Amino acid sequence: MKHIISVLVENKFGTLSRVAAMFSARGFNLESISIGETEDTEISRMTIVTRGDDQIISQVLKQLNRLVDTIKVTDLTKQPHVERELLLMTLKLSRATQHEIFGLTNVFKGKVVDIKQKSITIEVIGSPDKINTTIDIFRPYGIRELARSGAVAIHRGES
Amino acid sequence: MHAPGQKLNGSEIFFECLRRENVEYIFGYPGGALLKVYETLYDVRDIRHILVRHEQGATHMAEGYARATGKPGVVLVTSGPGATNTVTGITNAYMDSSPLVVFTGQVPSSLIGNDAFQEADIVGITRPITKHNFLVKDVRELASTIRKAFYLATNGRPGPVLVDMPKDVLNAECAFEWPESVDIRGFKPTLKCHQNQVEKAAHRIAKAKKPLFYIGGGVISSEATEELRRLATEQNIPVTMTLQGLGAFPGDHPLSMGMLGMHGTYWANQAVNNCDVLIAVGARFDDRVTGKTDTFATQAYIIHNDIDPTNVDKNIKVDLPVVGDAKHFLASLFKEMPKQVEDRSAWLSEIRKWQEECPLTYTVENDSLKTEFVIDEVSKQTNGNAVVTTDVGQHQMWTTQYYRFRKPRSIITSGGLGTMGYGLPAAIGAAFGVTDRPVVLFCGDGGFMMNVQELVTAVHYKVPVKIFLINNSFLGMVRQWQELFHQEKYSFTDLGDSNPDFVKVAEAFGCRAMRAENPEEARRAITDALAWNEGPVLVDFRVIKKDMVFPMVPAGGSISDMLLTRLNPKTMV
Ligand SMILES: Cc1ncc(C[n+]2csc(CCOP(=O)(O)OP(=O)(O)O)c2C)c(N)n1
Ligand SMILES: [Mg+2]
Repeated sequence: MKHIISVLVENKFGTLSRVAAMFSARGFNLESISIGETEDTEISRMTIVTRGDDQIISQVLKQLNRLVDTIKVTDLTKQPHVERELLLMTLKLSRATQHEIFGLTNVFKGKVVDIKQKSITIEVIGSPDKINTTIDIFRPYGIRELARSGAVAIHRGES
Repeated sequence: MHAPGQKLNGSEIFFECLRRENVEYIFGYPGGALLKVYETLYDVRDIRHILVRHEQGATHMAEGYARATGKPGVVLVTSGPGATNTVTGITNAYMDSSPLVVFTGQVPSSLIGNDAFQEADIVGITRPITKHNFLVKDVRELASTIRKAFYLATNGRPGPVLVDMPKDVLNAECAFEWPESVDIRGFKPTLKCHQNQVEKAAHRIAKAKKPLFYIGGGVISSEATEELRRLATEQNIPVTMTLQGLGAFPGDHPLSMGMLGMHGTYWANQAVNNCDVLIAVGARFDDRVTGKTDTFATQAYIIHNDIDPTNVDKNIKVDLPVVGDAKHFLASLFKEMPKQVEDRSAWLSEIRKWQEECPLTYTVENDSLKTEFVIDEVSKQTNGNAVVTTDVGQHQMWTTQYYRFRKPRSIITSGGLGTMGYGLPAAIGAAFGVTDRPVVLFCGDGGFMMNVQELVTAVHYKVPVKIFLINNSFLGMVRQWQELFHQEKYSFTDLGDSNPDFVKVAEAFGCRAMRAENPEEARRAITDALAWNEGPVLVDFRVIKKDMVFPMVPAGGSISDMLLTRLNPKTMV
C-alpha cells in the first residue's frame, strides 16, 4: 500500500543524503521525496511517498526515526491531510489543438505559464492521482517535456 | 586543563575535549592533515597515544578496548587513505554496536570537493556505517561536536561516530567553551520500558511451563548481567546466549545452555524449538541465530526487549515488544514476577536429556592436536576468567563451545561482520583496558596474517597478550563448507604450502614464540604463556587439518536440519 510520510529534519547538509541512502541500503521503495524549509529556518520538512506492507512501513518509520537528524516522523496516510503535487508540462501546439488544450487546462484548473508558436507550457496542481490523470489526458496532444515536484503534504488543521 | 573561555587552537581544543571525556587512550596514526594535532600531542602527558601500524588495527584496537571496559574507544587518523583504512573497523563496530569515536583529519575546508591531495569524502563514505557523523566546518563548533559525538556513541544502542576535522579548523583559534550538557532533539532513546508491557511480560512468564531466555550483547553493554542472574535463578529459567551475549550469564551455572544458533549447542537449539515463552533481551534475531525464520521457536510466545525499536519485528514478528534498556527491563520484570515460582523441573530435565543425547565432546590422541583440546585446556587453566578475543572461523566457533565464560566482557569477537583480522588488534586494545585478567587470543592461521603488523604494536608497548594461533594450515571454516556443501572442492583454502613459519615470524617482530604439536606440549605451552607477562607471547598450535565444527545448522536451515557429526568419517585426518 502507498504511504505518505512527513518528516521534520535538521536543515543541514547531508540530511537528504542520509535519508535517501537509508532507503536504498535497506531496500525500501522510494517513490518520491521532496524537501523544503519550514517556518523555522533550522528545520526542513520532507515528504516521502513509499510503498510497502504494514511490516515494511513500520520498519521505514522506525528507521527514519533512528536517524539522528530526523526530529519528527509522521505517517499521514491514515490521518486527515492535504496532499499536493505540482506538474509543469510542455505540449506540442497547433491551430487544430489549441482550443482543446486551453479548454482542458481549465478543466484541470491549470494555468498557461508559457506559450510559443509551436509549444505551450501549463502548470497543474493537485493530488498525485489528479496529476496522473492530467498527464494521461494530455498525452495524445504530444508531451515535449514534463516535470513533477513529487508530493508535498501536511496535516489538516484543527477546526 | 585549560580554563573555559581561554583562547585555544583547534588541536588544543581537541585534547581539552578528550580530557573532559576522560579518555585514557587514543589509537592513532599521524599524517599531513593531522600535523597540528601531533604537534600538540607531543606535550600531552595525561592521555596516552598508541601508535598502531595500520589504521584498521587502530579501529579494532579501540573496539577491543571499548568492549573490554565499556568505555568508548578513540581513534585518530589522517585524511584520505588514513580515513578509508578505518572503514572495515567502523563497519565492524556498527554491526556489533560498540561505542567508538573516530577522528579523521581532512584537507583544508577551502580545498574540500577539489580532489585535493589525500582528500576522501569520509563523511559520505561512512554515512551508512556510523550511528552518525560530522564534518566540523568552524573551530567554534569543534568542542560541541566532540561532546555530541561521545554522547551519541555511548547512549542508547552504542555505535561508532565519526568526526571529520579539516586542517584549517585544527589551526584556527577561538575561546574554548565546553558545553556542560547535550541536547540533540532528534536523538531521544527510550530507556525506560513501558510498565504495561513489563506487566504483560511478567504475566506470561509466570504462567510459562517452558520459558527460555535468549540473551544478546545488549545485556552486557547495558551492564544488566546481575539483574539477569537474579531473575533467571529465582524463576528457574534456563538461559541461552548469542555469540556477543556469552558471559552475560555464568557458563558453569546449571541453567546455562551455552550458545544457540548455527554452531550453538544441540540442547540450546532444541530448547528454542520447544519452549513456550521465549524472552529475547538485547538480541536481534540474526540469521545465524534463527536459521529459517518460519521454523524458529514456533511453539513460543515471543517477548522481545531491545533498546533499538528497529530491531523489533525486523526479522521475526514478535508477540510482545518491549522497547527500552535491558537493565531497566530485567529489573522491572524481577519486581513484577510472583515469588511463587512455577515448577519447572520437567522442562529442565527435558533439556538435560537433550544435553545427554548430544553433548559437546571431542577425542584426544597423544600424537596429534585438536583445537577443542587447546581451548578447553585454556579454559581450565584460566578458570574461565580470561578476557578471550578471537578471530573469525572455526577456532571462533570452538571458542564459544569449549571456553566456559563466567563473566561479562569476557568474549571479544567479530559477530555481525565476521571480520578476519579483527582478533589480534582487538586483543591488544582489550589488554590496554584490562590489566587484572589475562587477555587471550584464539586466532586462525588465515586471519592472523590479516593484521599481523600489529604484533609490532604489542611488542613495542609490551602488551602481555597470549596469542594462541590455531594453525590448521587451512582457511578452515571455508574448507568445512567446501567439504559439506561443495563437493569437497578445496578451492584456494589450503594454506599448507604457503604459510610462513609463524614462530620465526613472531620472533622477527621481537615476540616470544613457541610451538606445540601434541596435547602434552600444548598443556605446557599454555601454562608457560599464561605465566609470562613481559610482553606478547605466541604459541603456534599445529592442529589437525580436517576437523569440523559440530553441531551445525546449515545456512537458512531449520533446527531439524542440524548436522551432528560429519557425513563421511573417512575425510577426517
Ligand atoms: C576479511 C574476511 N575475508 C574473508 C572472510 C571469509 N572467511 C570466513 S572464515 C574464513 C577462514 C578463516 O581461516 P582461518 O583464519 O585459518 O581460521 P579457521 O577457520 O581455520 O579456524 C574465511 C576466509 C572473512 N570472514 N573475512
Ligand atoms: Mg586456519
